[in-house]
Amino acid sequence: MNDQKKKIVISDKVWLLISFLVALAVWYMLSIGEKTGRSFPFAPSVFEGLKTMVERDALFSDFCSSMLSVIMGFGLGFLTALPMAFLMAWYTPVRKIIEPWINFIRNIPALAYAPLIVIMLGIGRTPSVVLIWICTFMTMCVTIFHGIRNIDNTLVKAARVLGANDVDIFFRITLPATVPFILTAVRLGLSAALTTLLAAESTGARAGLGMRIRTLQTTFETNAMLGYIILIGIIGTLLSILTDKIERRLTSWQEKREG
Amino acid sequence: MAGEERRVKIEIKNVVKEYHGDHGTTVALNGVNLNILENEFVCVVGPSGCGKSTLLNVLAGLHEATSGECFLDGKRIEGTGVERGVVFQQYALFPWQTVIQNVMFGPQMKRLPKAECQEIARKYIKMVGLEDFENSYPKELSGGMKQRVAIARAYANNPEVLLMDEPFGALDAQTRAQLQTELLKTWEQEKKTCFFITHDVDEAVLLAQRVVIMSARPGRIKRVVDIDIPYPRDQATKNDPRFMELKAEIWNEVYQEYLEVRK
Repeated sequence: MNDQKKKIVISDKVWLLISFLVALAVWYMLSIGEKTGRSFPFAPSVFEGLKTMVERDALFSDFCSSMLSVIMGFGLGFLTALPMAFLMAWYTPVRKIIEPWINFIRNIPALAYAPLIVIMLGIGRTPSVVLIWICTFMTMCVTIFHGIRNIDNTLVKAARVLGANDVDIFFRITLPATVPFILTAVRLGLSAALTTLLAAESTGARAGLGMRIRTLQTTFETNAMLGYIILIGIIGTLLSILTDKIERRLTSWQEKREG
Repeated sequence: MAGEERRVKIEIKNVVKEYHGDHGTTVALNGVNLNILENEFVCVVGPSGCGKSTLLNVLAGLHEATSGECFLDGKRIEGTGVERGVVFQQYALFPWQTVIQNVMFGPQMKRLPKAECQEIARKYIKMVGLEDFENSYPKELSGGMKQRVAIARAYANNPEVLLMDEPFGALDAQTRAQLQTELLKTWEQEKKTCFFITHDVDEAVLLAQRVVIMSARPGRIKRVVDIDIPYPRDQATKNDPRFMELKAEIWNEVYQEYLEVRK
């Protein structure tokens, strides 16, 4: 009578499917509402909208343009954040001078100072790249810096007493110990790059997902607009899955974390 | 003492160590003098905060004494050196490296060829009985196994002196007993000079030829007790009446120190 309750085990994949169906249902409800329907047309209309954009030869070039800006801005951000994080960790004056300003600027929406960058650099790709560079740099620099500071000092001591010099310690201890934080920084940096996209392409860009969303706004083409928005979301998800995979491969030595 | 001629390996002379923090100066060591003989096994006991770890760090060259000096074979100790191997309580294994990579670290720092590094590493991994775990990562090992790897790693550098900072402090009683027995066996074979810190009086009396009792605040040596129990020793030694006598004596002194600290 008081037998074990039947436990239904649902796999993660099924949960994902359920979550997807729930979202579809919500989306459908929004699309049939009188007011909400104007902003949230349902999937077939969105698909039509995107098809129109393909016919206008816009979608592909928008995608490529944005991705190029993201890759360049993120790349510059990464290449500058990594050494800066080490400088901040090793030299107190560098940290004391720079850290407060990173934290200050980080809290300002990129959209606010985007026009300043455009006024300075003119229209075209350069201001977009620079804006993404600034945002990704700040996020990644802070994350990597905290990672370096959190390295277990006993490991450095252990290496030292085994005869390691400063160069050995950097390559054999500091760098591998920082890898998990670098990967977290990459994940956060990519996400920052995408969220900055709209601001980055807000003024003067000739193509791009962010720029297109703004122009479609002026013509009330919500079908295509929603399609573009979803597209940015999909790109973000794919990038995050990719970094997850790399992370799992490179940091399998870590003690298990929750979740 | 028997009149055997034994060379002084480590000489600690008037070592003072002060820490300057935000809340003023803390004196961790206040004039410590001690000679450790070649091949000797010395254990240091004392309540926490008596500066025993500080003393080990000074000997390892990880901390610099505020004043006073330490000598190894008559040479002043400055900085770390591969002739002084250290085993830490927290194992301090490199988590991104496998067991063999960890043990190879020291030989690699000596820029020995890879094959030779591996050969040395295998020898000491075998010594601690972890042949089957050569390619495991530290996270896959139990605490006792991790500390065995750390001991193998220290031995792989062929140090003249082993400095051990409460190496078994984080282990359960059974594992601890097992590692004590293994360490005794290794020491009886290899006869390296051992400087071993513990807060466990049982452990100190079981392992050491001499037990150094430290008093706290400021840290200095209170008494040195000769442990005149012959080797080979093992866990059964703990039933020896002489063992119990010495243990009770040392334990009382340490406990008094503990009460002093609590005041």
